Amino acid sequence: MGRRFDIKHVPGFLPVTILCLVVLYAPLLVVTIYSLNDSNSITNWEGVSLRWYADVFTGPEAEKFKLAAWNSFTIAIIAATSATTIATLAATAMVRGGRFRLRTVSFGLISMPLMVPEIVTAVATLIFFNSIGFTRGYTTILLAHIAFCIPFAYMPIAARMQGIEDSYEQAALDLYATKRQAFTRILLPMMVPGIISGYLLAFIISLDDFIITNFVKGAGVETLPTAIFGSVKQGIKPNIMAISTMLLALSILMVTISYFVSKSDKKT
Amino acid sequence: MAGGAASGGSARTDTYREARHWLLLPSWVVLIFLILIPVLMMLVYSFLTKEFRGGVIWEFSLDAYDQFFFNRGLFGDEPPSIEWTYIAIFWRSIWQAGAATILSLIIGFPTAYFIATRPERIRPMWVFLITVPYWVNLLIRTVSMKFVLRDQGPLNDFLIWSGLIDTPLHIVNTNFAVQLGLFYSYLPFMVLPIYASVERYNFALSEAASDLYAGKWVTLRRILLPAVKPGVIAGCILVFVPSLGSFLAPDLLGGAKNFMIGSLIEEQFKGNAGNWPFGAAASMILLSMVLIILILFARQQAKAEKGGA
Repeated sequence: MGRRFDIKHVPGFLPVTILCLVVLYAPLLVVTIYSLNDSNSITNWEGVSLRWYADVFTGPEAEKFKLAAWNSFTIAIIAATSATTIATLAATAMVRGGRFRLRTVSFGLISMPLMVPEIVTAVATLIFFNSIGFTRGYTTILLAHIAFCIPFAYMPIAARMQGIEDSYEQAALDLYATKRQAFTRILLPMMVPGIISGYLLAFIISLDDFIITNFVKGAGVETLPTAIFGSVKQGIKPNIMAISTMLLALSILMVTISYFVSKSDKKT
Repeated sequence: MAGGAASGGSARTDTYREARHWLLLPSWVVLIFLILIPVLMMLVYSFLTKEFRGGVIWEFSLDAYDQFFFNRGLFGDEPPSIEWTYIAIFWRSIWQAGAATILSLIIGFPTAYFIATRPERIRPMWVFLITVPYWVNLLIRTVSMKFVLRDQGPLNDFLIWSGLIDTPLHIVNTNFAVQLGLFYSYLPFMVLPIYASVERYNFALSEAASDLYAGKWVTLRRILLPAVKPGVIAGCILVFVPSLGSFLAPDLLGGAKNFMIGSLIEEQFKGNAGNWPFGAAASMILLSMVLIILILFARQQAKAEKGGA
């Protein structure tokens, strides 16, 4: 009489899961630790210090990083705001617009930036701006970012809208609210958690993008990822590890906020 | 690709049906002008003549595709033979992406399975832990990987300290480093769809099989695996497709010898040596490969859904 095989507890799967988490987090942890290294070399450990963080803000490359950070953050804010607005309107049509012929086509169009490999989008966007004679620079980066952020904003927003019963809006309409009022006063406030998630994801995606930005940025305009890439090409330097750690912390913070926003909302 | 609207909506209505085309207009304008038309322009460019300082001359030409597939000698007057250089780069990319996919599956499947069999309340926490690193900048993750793997890096330090090896392993600038980098870049894409399919699986089925004296392996192979197969396929595609066209991992971890499609394309648009039509043609070939994979996948999913219903 053998013990019954318990398919829910496969021996060996726990160690693999732990290995998986170690693989995912160890490199990030190592870079964070070494960014605190008080040494000019990235190899030798010479005690804890914040000198490379100070170097990012006051060192010889500070001007370059400041400008790159300004470009990165303003582009991310404008792109995420535009993409979230566009995605919210699109989601309303897709989720609350009934069945219509263009629905499938629209869905394909919205998911297109996810299906086309990033490098292909980069090449295509470069060629497009070039063929219409648009000078590459800040504006081209911004336009490209708005486009590829749309699906990332769209997904959490559409998912959220599907989870909201339309009875609230119907009740408002029964009480002689206009459609516009039902949308702005009833649906939109209930959509806030989804919109926040979508906005944060779009923001991170924009802030992180390297490949498309690298193609459409033109000479002289840098964002943080392209500045970091240019620097890393000559070898990993301690100040790059400090910048990386700050960006890493920011991304993790934003994803965590997004997670708890959607979680706290599910409880209510 | 797991778009919310694709799944059966619970609260899908037609409250705003009169406004739906206006609501969709902004997304249509942006995506048509900045994604669809650019891709079509790229198709056009791949059939144009190259300008030597980058850019194109508006004259129809098949040179880009000809250069990709055929070798006509240094002066272009010899009888054409198959040109292997670029096919080899594509083949290497497929191989590298495949290896990264298998690596992700080996680690990702047990992880996804483990998470999906935890109590329901703590599953979201596990999923969160797996997805957080994905949202960290890909460039930063790749640089971190390089930092850890390099000859004087922490991994080699640790292995030497623990006495497992005497001299540092040379991992950076090998094919394996690129595979590790790709694996690290897209691992969460493998875990999430498998997790979703295992979570949906009704474990009472395997208990029933077990009650009917099915052995451990029979239960796994005949009951569980068919149920989670769609998730496994989705995970493999989500890792394979972005790996195929990736640029950062091969560029930073692979060095000059481990060229992949992404670097080949990038090179055509940098500096003066670039050949825009050729870059556009290589991008078209990559895009066609990806679309074929996605269409096959969609058909397979549709078939699976039909079979299940």
